[in-house]
Amino acid sequence: MTHAAELPAWAALLTSFLVLLGAGLTLIGAIGLVRLKTFYERMHAPTLGATWGAAGVLLGSIVFFSVLQSRPVLHEVLIAIFVTVTTPVTLTLLARAALYRDRSEGSTQVPPPVGTDGAAKTDIQV
Amino acid sequence: MSATILSWSLLTAQGLLGLAMAIAAFRMVCGPRAQDRIVSLDALYVNAMLLLLVFGIRTGSTLYFEAALVISLLGFVATLALAKFVMRGEIIE
Repeated sequence: MTHAAELPAWAALLTSFLVLLGAGLTLIGAIGLVRLKTFYERMHAPTLGATWGAAGVLLGSIVFFSVLQSRPVLHEVLIAIFVTVTTPVTLTLLARAALYRDRSEGSTQVPPPVGTDGAAKTDIQV
Repeated sequence: MSATILSWSLLTAQGLLGLAMAIAAFRMVCGPRAQDRIVSLDALYVNAMLLLLVFGIRTGSTLYFEAALVISLLGFVATLALAKFVMRGEIIE
């Protein structure tokens, strides 16, 4: 940690706060992955790490390297944009796949498919 | 003083992220169904990426950033392919 000695105090404290915030929120999301009961509840927990968990660590990294190199270092924004765009896509696809599996097994835990007229269908739709 | 605080908080953050990775790995090993394992794999990817970024801040090198970017790219593709596999039983139709 020799390179951090020339960092001003406000930047060091801000980086510490943001990184700890991100890591803590990620850990809370991971704990939710174990504690929640059903799959559809569990799917919401790790998104805590993908949103503010990632944002905290990335903002801390941006502040740290920008102050250290005394120029704006913004390449972390790439990861932020990428994570923000991809996480909803993958989790929506996974939720559809899980719903399809549960329905094709005739599970009573999931709602039946709904037709265009709003009435519930009795047979399984693919 | 502030450098000491930064050093300790980075160490703590590494511990927290490592613990989060361990919890996600536990859910991946004993998740009751395939979709649970895929969600935990996705969480594991994100946690590993954040851990690499904290390593990068700790060492002061931007080399770890490249690795984190690659992990986030590959994690997206892997989760997408696995979700498609759970849905259809095959990836390329």
